[in-house]
Amino acid sequence: MNRLSPFNVISLTFGFAFLYLPMLILVIYSFNKSKLVTVWAGFSTKWYGELLSNDAFLDAAWVTLKVAVISSSIATVLGTMAAYTLVRGGRFFGRTLFSGMIYAPLVMPEVITGLSLLLLFIGVGMDRGVMTIVLAHTTFSMCFVSVVVSSRLATFDRSLEEAALDLGASPFEAFRLITLPIIAPAVVSGWLLAFTLSLDDLVIASFATGPSATTLPMKIWSSVRLGVSPEINALSSILIGLVASGVIIASLISKRHSVRIQQEERAAGRFENN
Amino acid sequence: MVETVFAPWDDPNTAPLISFKNVTKRFGDFVAIDDLSLDIFEREFFALLGPSGCGKTTMMRMLAGFENPTSGSMSLSGRDIAGIPPNKRAVNMMFQSYALFPHLSVWENIAFGLRRDGVAKDVLNARVEEMLKLTRLEKFGRRKPHQISGGQRQRVALARSLAKAPKLLLLDEPLGALDKKLRQDTQFELMDIQEQTGTTFVIVTHDQEEAMTVASRVAVMDEGRIIQVATPEKIYEAPNSVYVADFIGDVNILTGPVKAIGADTYSLNFGGKEPVTAACDRTFTEGETTHLAIRPEKIGIHAERPDGPNAVQGKVLDIAYLGNLSTYHVQLPSGQIIKAQTANTRRISRRAFTWEDPVWVSWSATAGVLLDQ
Repeated sequence: MNRLSPFNVISLTFGFAFLYLPMLILVIYSFNKSKLVTVWAGFSTKWYGELLSNDAFLDAAWVTLKVAVISSSIATVLGTMAAYTLVRGGRFFGRTLFSGMIYAPLVMPEVITGLSLLLLFIGVGMDRGVMTIVLAHTTFSMCFVSVVVSSRLATFDRSLEEAALDLGASPFEAFRLITLPIIAPAVVSGWLLAFTLSLDDLVIASFATGPSATTLPMKIWSSVRLGVSPEINALSSILIGLVASGVIIASLISKRHSVRIQQEERAAGRFENN
Repeated sequence: MVETVFAPWDDPNTAPLISFKNVTKRFGDFVAIDDLSLDIFEREFFALLGPSGCGKTTMMRMLAGFENPTSGSMSLSGRDIAGIPPNKRAVNMMFQSYALFPHLSVWENIAFGLRRDGVAKDVLNARVEEMLKLTRLEKFGRRKPHQISGGQRQRVALARSLAKAPKLLLLDEPLGALDKKLRQDTQFELMDIQEQTGTTFVIVTHDQEEAMTVASRVAVMDEGRIIQVATPEKIYEAPNSVYVADFIGDVNILTGPVKAIGADTYSLNFGGKEPVTAACDRTFTEGETTHLAIRPEKIGIHAERPDGPNAVQGKVLDIAYLGNLSTYHVQLPSGQIIKAQTANTRRISRRAFTWEDPVWVSWSATAGVLLDQ
């Protein structure tokens, strides 16, 4: 293997420092004994303990989790259906318009999405709370799911569905027994994407919520305006840990899976001409 | 014991299994199938042969139910099948890509169709085992499709499409993905399985050798029309047009006006020194432009002028040594090139002819076929 040249070492160092230094500092200061965020006074885990007894944060975390699970699940169902129709539905009137419209929220400024949802909720006289945040998050994360799923469907061998139909499966059975299990990884990653987006959304949730529901990002934002506390650092460190381990586990699983398939295919090659 | 020849197409009392009547299929402005009528009989191994884009795949997809004809009627065992969806037809298809379900084991792939019919468990188990045995896959039932070789995948696809004992099995370029040696073995295997199961097979292929090997009848297609339907022997020895003669195997075509010189005998002036004679039971008017199609293996090559009706002098332009055969390209003074083929029945110590040698090529009056188009 080639050794890294000095130039490569420098660019690697700078790149990673740029990406991870802020987070590293945050994690280090979460173990700070001092109440002052910027002054180091020795190692301590007391802020993590205090976090667990802070009901406001725990409530907000619970609301966030509820919203994320429900909205990403609804978004996955709707987004998969939309992707299937747009990729498989054949030609119908306005198809190009529809596929353009489904991607529009990807580039729409969040403030505008949030504002228009707020106007809608007021217009139909809906009480704002967990329910409206769920609806709002479903709206904007659905298009991310549909992008992920439709790119998988575009490379999906159509003859697999045809083979299922040919063998006597109804169109719905063909989807449930053949298409869905095969595109499942894309659907799952769509769900994860929607879940993450919902987890860290601040702008749209602020527009869509009422006094009864506060999400974690909103809670953090409002506390930070009163000054950064070590508790926030601890909370953020937990979030970083959760997200990082999720990403690592997911990539390990998919890496293992592809390595296993490669090995099995190589083994199968030896049976050729049997 | 007299062996009866399998030829239901010659018996007017046999009802066809599949019948196309004036079927036309258009995709927008493009005519994929043009007013086509065709009968296919039970137990036949029928090959649709043609270049890509000739409509053979569209025919197959219409039989499977993935496409519907724009006009005309299609029937299976006397029942009109236009508009019946693929999952309600007693027709199964083996896909070119095999389309094996990657997340299911070989066993489950074969059982898929039977499960959709709600077959009882013991019947299903017995049927799947029978299919595994038929395709020599007993050891591989628990493997996933990516854990077996290409040849084995092909057999799984075949087993899966035969599991429901369809009236008709469609095979879309079934051997296209296999290498040449494996393909030849598999052709004979396919014929054995077809005979054992008694299923009617319709195969789509662009490989003429494959069609000739496996099929009881071959339909040669071009631009959405069937040019000729006949047994492989007839297609090869008695093509009905220059297109068919040229598509199947190698052929020499001599073109020119004809003149009747006796009962069923014509002389053709193709632009050489003297006209050639050809026997033909069709009638041509004097002066009509016709094409004489002669296969290279029916042309002899000689150093001296041989006795006989058709002898033309030329010189050797090219020699292709194929091992079992040698093909000589002989250029006539008029510029035309005649291909003559000889079997290398002896081990060659020296060639009889070499480049630039003056030679005579000759053939009998019945060696070629006179064609009007």
